[in-house]
Amino acid sequence: EGEARKFGLGRPALPEELAAWDIDVRPDGEGLPEGSGTVAEGEEIYLQKCASCHGDFGEGIGRWPALSGGGGTLSSEDPVKTVGSYWPFLSTVYDYVHRAMPFGNAQSLSDDEVYALTAYILYLNFIVEDYDFELSKDNFTEITLPNEGQFFVDDREEVEFEEFKREPCMKNCKESVEITMRARVLDVTPEDEAARKEREA
Amino acid sequence: MSQSEKGSGPSRRTFLSGALAAGGAAATAGVAQAQQPDPAITELPDWSRYNGEGVDARPYGSPSEFESHVVRRNVEWLTADTVSSVNFTPLHELDGIITPNGLCFERHHSGIAEIDPGQHRLMINGLVETPLVFTMEDLMRFPRENRVYFLECAANSGMEWRGAQLNGCQYTHGMIHNVQYTGVPLRYILQEAGLKSSAAWILPEGADAAAMTRSIPLEKALDDCMVAFKMNGEALRPEQGYPVRLVVPGWEGNMWVKWLRRIEVGDKPWHHREETSKYTDLFPSGKARRFTWEMDAKSVITNPSPQAPIAHGPGRTIITGIAWSGRGTIPRVDVTLDGGKNWHQARMSGPSFNKSMHRFYYEFDWDGSPLLLQSRAHDSTGYVQPTKEALREIRGENSIYHNNGIQTWYVNEKGVVENVEVS
Repeated sequence: EGEARKFGLGRPALPEELAAWDIDVRPDGEGLPEGSGTVAEGEEIYLQKCASCHGDFGEGIGRWPALSGGGGTLSSEDPVKTVGSYWPFLSTVYDYVHRAMPFGNAQSLSDDEVYALTAYILYLNFIVEDYDFELSKDNFTEITLPNEGQFFVDDREEVEFEEFKREPCMKNCKESVEITMRARVLDVTPEDEAARKEREA
Repeated sequence: MSQSEKGSGPSRRTFLSGALAAGGAAATAGVAQAQQPDPAITELPDWSRYNGEGVDARPYGSPSEFESHVVRRNVEWLTADTVSSVNFTPLHELDGIITPNGLCFERHHSGIAEIDPGQHRLMINGLVETPLVFTMEDLMRFPRENRVYFLECAANSGMEWRGAQLNGCQYTHGMIHNVQYTGVPLRYILQEAGLKSSAAWILPEGADAAAMTRSIPLEKALDDCMVAFKMNGEALRPEQGYPVRLVVPGWEGNMWVKWLRRIEVGDKPWHHREETSKYTDLFPSGKARRFTWEMDAKSVITNPSPQAPIAHGPGRTIITGIAWSGRGTIPRVDVTLDGGKNWHQARMSGPSFNKSMHRFYYEFDWDGSPLLLQSRAHDSTGYVQPTKEALREIRGENSIYHNNGIQTWYVNEKGVVENVEVS
């Protein structure tokens, strides 16, 4: 180890190749392209290309993801995790929409269109309230999302391991054992007709 | 089978049901005396009389038709469509530790990318001395290594956080596979480009329409990550990332980027969608754990299980299952028959590799009374697999990922098995 070996394989990447593939964006704005887009422009694109799955107001249709709403639900029994309620960084919205949306037609949006859509998603979440707001490379990192501070780095070693590394009980560990829940009652497991009939018999 | 229909012997169907009846009678009587001659012995079956297919009939072989039920299955209601979705490995039908390639569970975010390897490229860029492009031929010229690792989806058993939901270990634990990878240590490829001193993270990216990205600390990348092009000796299956995928031993499956086309080197994590919106673990406080990479020690009894009931009645009974840990090997698994009142050390069998599946067995005489079966894995760090309740006390019920709690199967007097939770 230690000494880096070189095998003389591969060839230098050209600037055009790097530009074609290196599209990732970070929270500090690194990777953002030149460009801009307004909430109003974003609404038009959104209604054309996004609303059929995500709903006119980002509420999500059927099982497709909601992009807005869910504020104050994270500590409830049924948290609704959206850009507004859960996502920590706006850069993730730009990056993900640009690389992977619309679902089934990825990387079809221009840089300006992604700025406009990102602005509209901010508007849907009441993070910007001005319909004329324009998001650009220059003002992008001024915007913070409400949930940014609510994530903590994996702490299993400190919080869980002391308890889970104890030698466990082997004999006479409990007085009694009761069944408290049964999957069969819920009955949501896929199975073929024959298995179902056999089970019901 | 056309020969069998023309032949004078009994049809396969009647033959099979006869054999099953004879077998059933034998089981209830323990070491039974045959009451009448077994037609499986006394009647000449087609396969002992007629020639079978020649060597040119099956250029790429498939399992016996009698194993046609051994397949991956999905759960329709889990996801909005099948393109960004998951299916499940039929663990209850498998033994040993190696998952056959065709049965390895699938998890895609934009379906299966069908890639011409001649057109595939791997780019290394960012904080490197020279950004590089590799063809598949280039990658095959690096020194290779062979390693057996499990790949477990972070969401495996995620539907069970609120209690027993799905009836079968295929569904509760089947987002896992364990294969031998052949590939290049990632450090060789990164060193080829030359890492700058500020390099601290990498961002692998897939060539599929989801362009999957994850941030991985450089320390892990230089330790045991691999760029793999073979699984179990043959090329990766398209659904597993053909022609090349990242292998991130012991860490959640989402990070094992398939159809790997680019690795950027940077000085900070990127906080992309798959490490913010997804693969973060929400706690009851409303705060969420991020960067929960390792998969902790876990096990499950694969037989008996809801899809694999005890069919033979009381007597000699084999319990078997699998155990694994993202932090090391599995020196020991305990099994209980009474819901955790008393535990027995299981017998480990087969190779014990770091961050791989391990196979365990526990053999006993079943008296026919109901059982509450559980298994409890110990890993080489001293960690002991917790109960679901112990996990829920810390994490609540909404963390979705990383459920490695102990699984309970209830076996009734007839040998029918059910997914339950116990006090």
